[in-house]
Amino acid sequence: MKADRTLDCVGLYCPMPIVKTSQEMKSMQAGEVLEVIADDKGIKSDMPAWAAKTGNEFLGMEENGEEIRVYVRKSAG
Amino acid sequence: MTPLEKKGVTIVVFSGELDRALAAFNIANAAASMDLPVTMFFTFWGLNVIKKEEGKVGSGGWMKRMMNVLNRGGAKRLKLSRMNMGGMGTAMMKKLMAGHNIPSLREMIEMASGLGVRMVACTTSMALMGLSEEDFIPEVREFVGAATYVGDALDSEVNLFI
Repeated sequence: MKADRTLDCVGLYCPMPIVKTSQEMKSMQAGEVLEVIADDKGIKSDMPAWAAKTGNEFLGMEENGEEIRVYVRKSAG
Repeated sequence: MTPLEKKGVTIVVFSGELDRALAAFNIANAAASMDLPVTMFFTFWGLNVIKKEEGKVGSGGWMKRMMNVLNRGGAKRLKLSRMNMGGMGTAMMKKLMAGHNIPSLREMIEMASGLGVRMVACTTSMALMGLSEEDFIPEVREFVGAATYVGDALDSEVNLFI
């Protein structure tokens, strides 16, 4: 999946990937896609939960061994 | 997407042990990252979590002074609620956390402050333990009573007692 920015959270545990995602998204424009790479499995449920609560769009995830890539699109407002 | 109503999270931090404080800040930081207003109300032993780490804290009669000598507090001095083993278990846990890139409690407190988590201290507990406003870390700026907390809790959707 094509992303405008990538955030490397490999080696970080909950809630750090979510904290960093939240901070990164604040500096992004509506419509832009953020790719987050992580290896803490918590992100598989955390990112959809984060997106649902913050009103951003969870686009999906790709798993490759230990590495998990999740994609979120920043919504307007 | 329609903006979602954000009612927030309130957490009573009653305990002064490292593991419990870590759990409280972990949840607070996650919630704050979800753009939820978060208030942490520190009371009783929970005040140990937010006492300043350096210098003398507390004043008053000998009982209050003793309370702050035997129960000095400060984020770096907290012990695990289980498996402290004379400090060895706590030291091992801190080493494990560092090895996993997990922020220390002090770092989590700073992060919480940066994320806008509101940290408030209970004035009754402060009086009981001979603590004044300058005995706390600068992240704690409000000193309130239980009614303030109940008011915040009524406006929140999630309320935890740790």
